[in-house]
Amino acid sequence: MKRREFIKNSALASSLFMVPSFVKAFEEVAINKMGFKKLVIIQLAGGNDGLNTIVPYKNDIYYKSRPKVALHKKDLLLMNDELGFNTAMAPLKNLYDQGYLSIINNVGYPNPDRSHFRSTDIWHTASAANEYLQTGWLGRYIDEHGKYPYTGIEVDDSLSLMMKGETMNAIATKNAQLLYGNTQNPYFKKVLKNKEKEHLDEHNLGYLYKTMIEANSSAKHIYQKSKIFETKLSYPSNPFAKQLKTTADFINSGVDSKVYYVSMGGFDTHNAQQQRQEKLLDVYSKSMEVFIKDLEQNDTFKDTLVLNFSEFGRRVTQNASMGTDHGTANNVFIIGKNLKKPGFYNKAPDLKDLDKNGDLKYTVDFREVYATILNNWMEVDDTKILNKSFSKLDFI
Amino acid sequence: MKRKHIQHLYWRAGFGLNNSEISELEKKSKTKIIKNLFKEANSFEPLKIDLSEYDVLLTKKSGKLIREMGKENVKKLAQKSKREVITLNKAWLDRLYEPSSVLREKMTLFWANVFVCKDKNIWNIQKYNNTLRANSLGNFRTFVKAVAHEPSMLNYLNNKQNKKAHPNENFARELMELFTLGVGNYTEQDIKESARAFTGWTFKKRGGFFLDKKNHDNGEKTFFGKKGNWNGDDIIDIILEQQQCARYICSRIYTYFINPKIDSERLEKLTEIFYKDYDIEKLMTHIYSSKWFYEEHNIGVKIKSPIELLVGMYQIVPHTLSNKNQTRYLQTMMGQMLLNPVNVSGWKGGTAWIDANTMMFRLKLPSVLLNNALINLDEKGDIEGTFEQFYKRTKKRKKFLQTTTDWKLFESSYADASNEILKNDLILSKIHPDTEALLKNLTKTSKKDFCIQLMSIPEYQLC
Repeated sequence: MKRREFIKNSALASSLFMVPSFVKAFEEVAINKMGFKKLVIIQLAGGNDGLNTIVPYKNDIYYKSRPKVALHKKDLLLMNDELGFNTAMAPLKNLYDQGYLSIINNVGYPNPDRSHFRSTDIWHTASAANEYLQTGWLGRYIDEHGKYPYTGIEVDDSLSLMMKGETMNAIATKNAQLLYGNTQNPYFKKVLKNKEKEHLDEHNLGYLYKTMIEANSSAKHIYQKSKIFETKLSYPSNPFAKQLKTTADFINSGVDSKVYYVSMGGFDTHNAQQQRQEKLLDVYSKSMEVFIKDLEQNDTFKDTLVLNFSEFGRRVTQNASMGTDHGTANNVFIIGKNLKKPGFYNKAPDLKDLDKNGDLKYTVDFREVYATILNNWMEVDDTKILNKSFSKLDFI
Repeated sequence: MKRKHIQHLYWRAGFGLNNSEISELEKKSKTKIIKNLFKEANSFEPLKIDLSEYDVLLTKKSGKLIREMGKENVKKLAQKSKREVITLNKAWLDRLYEPSSVLREKMTLFWANVFVCKDKNIWNIQKYNNTLRANSLGNFRTFVKAVAHEPSMLNYLNNKQNKKAHPNENFARELMELFTLGVGNYTEQDIKESARAFTGWTFKKRGGFFLDKKNHDNGEKTFFGKKGNWNGDDIIDIILEQQQCARYICSRIYTYFINPKIDSERLEKLTEIFYKDYDIEKLMTHIYSSKWFYEEHNIGVKIKSPIELLVGMYQIVPHTLSNKNQTRYLQTMMGQMLLNPVNVSGWKGGTAWIDANTMMFRLKLPSVLLNNALINLDEKGDIEGTFEQFYKRTKKRKKFLQTTTDWKLFESSYADASNEILKNDLILSKIHPDTEALLKNLTKTSKKDFCIQLMSIPEYQLC
């Protein structure tokens, strides 16, 4: 061994030995506290019909408003003397029975917008309806608490507004190998050779190099961590299940990320709703069941919280095409191991008291759900991220 | 005029030039070049796509049409007309690639991100787009009033629902917050009062703007301390009396055309000039003629928008994409789809264009477009589509974009040029010293390869 190498190696070794034990202990606590809590956000994109997902089977208004799309008691999985699950949600009913599911009803916001794009925008940025923000709420979380883009992963090939911050963004990938492969171009490697983040200037050019370096290191981290791991479970064969499998692989292999975002499409059921929604909920709940089992088997479920939302619910009254149109408030599902209030968090929607469009009135602001998760689960200052203080709920 | 200054001018007033174009201009004076740039912009050509297939939807009364065609077919035709927005998107991009006036097109692109609007009504949004184009170098006062009368805008910001009995403040709020004054330069009371002045401003399905008198509030309003029986045009006049309006627009112009970092003294001077008569052409001529515009710290410091990146590459190496889905693909992957802004505040621009994913995509783009490289990334699904449609775009894993590349123009333009000239034409920003060294040591097999290599360094993202 050459002298220089010897010194280098022994220096490395000695620095390891010399870490005082209390520092190590402190680090372990810190990792336990900060490092393992994960949040997985699922958007049922297009606007899932909450009223046909969890059906108020004793409500006359429900049946009068939806003579052709309503679901009947005999076709439901009853949960209590008022509400029943759509049968396609059987796997989720199992989670409900085990106390792993909390359902928050009537989640929305004042002056609801019925455009998919605008309402998604509002949910992604956590803005008010008349406010336009250009960063997402998880992006701002990453700004404050993330060191690398992979703190947040969107399971797709491009990034949504929810995951974009002011100074730091998440990274999108649905295939770690492919992402890594794209950074391994020999020419780009040459361009980046010897360049270090710390030595770049503060101007736009420095920012571009910095982003390129971070893209490489994030791709490398995600790929190298996740490639050694293979789930033992078999997921249903559909693209949504594949997204969830990728998410579980990342979590279970120890990728050092905190937040995940998965979007499942198809919920804009303006026509032929019953058949279409049944199929969608079947795909959703069967995939979700395997996903939760996968986390449980790897002992990561206790540290993972799943939030399911849609940009809006659907109108109470059916339309002329055996479907429903864009609505407002909707139910939100929280899935986790140690929920404070499993089952129904609050009262079912009041169909007697609708707004002038015939839509549900919200009783819980979605930003209260976010604030609760940030504060109680992620253990960070929610007002800093939401730019405002919201009252906390009591589900975790 | 100096080569570097010509390229700088043309990158801000347009999308850059190639070697032969720069060499041609090099012989001329700055004054002459600028004069010519504006002279070219005098000709105005509206952007129009063929909508004759849908004429019946406009010319025939709906009752009659339904009897003739059947309800389902009318509905289908109307749905199909909405999908023509993507045809207009492609037509706009093609126009940017081959403009009759590059200056007018660049200005149009700028204003589209100030007066942000989106509409599925193809006739209205096409008209709106041409209103932007027609006024892009005109008088700002006329411009704001024209925009306020546009059906697409009345629809987008809910002024259609703004009625005396139930005012809707959306348009009034954004008019001040995003189009003229900037946030915090008005009161909530100003919003309430001005919203009343725009009540009844709506449009007819066939035939544009319409003042619905019975829903218009004729009463007295107090706006910026002025009492009067104001209508919408009066409100715009009062807004323009505020010097803040000129300042706000100049700040938008500053960060888009001059430098993302504003020099506040310089901004005040521009504000004074613009405030006099709100003449956009005069303001832009002043900027491009100023000595400070060509100072080193203003050159190559702006991050190209995805559209600027695409159009700029085309100026050097013309290429065509086989269909509108591929142009949509490129735009959505980089986060700027024309006619489809994120929300009324528009694209934030600058560093907001760049995240790990878009950066990798941008760096790979030259090889994909010009060298037939594989691109294995999928665009997002359609939120209004079915489950199958939502995931459809994710099925074909391996993708080549079908491009036809015209290297001939590049080769003739750069036949006698050195690699140094090619480098200086393509890269306006300072080059990182290590990358500079890398470029020097690259084995240069051909100018074509060197061109792609230059377009693939981070510095190329700046203009």
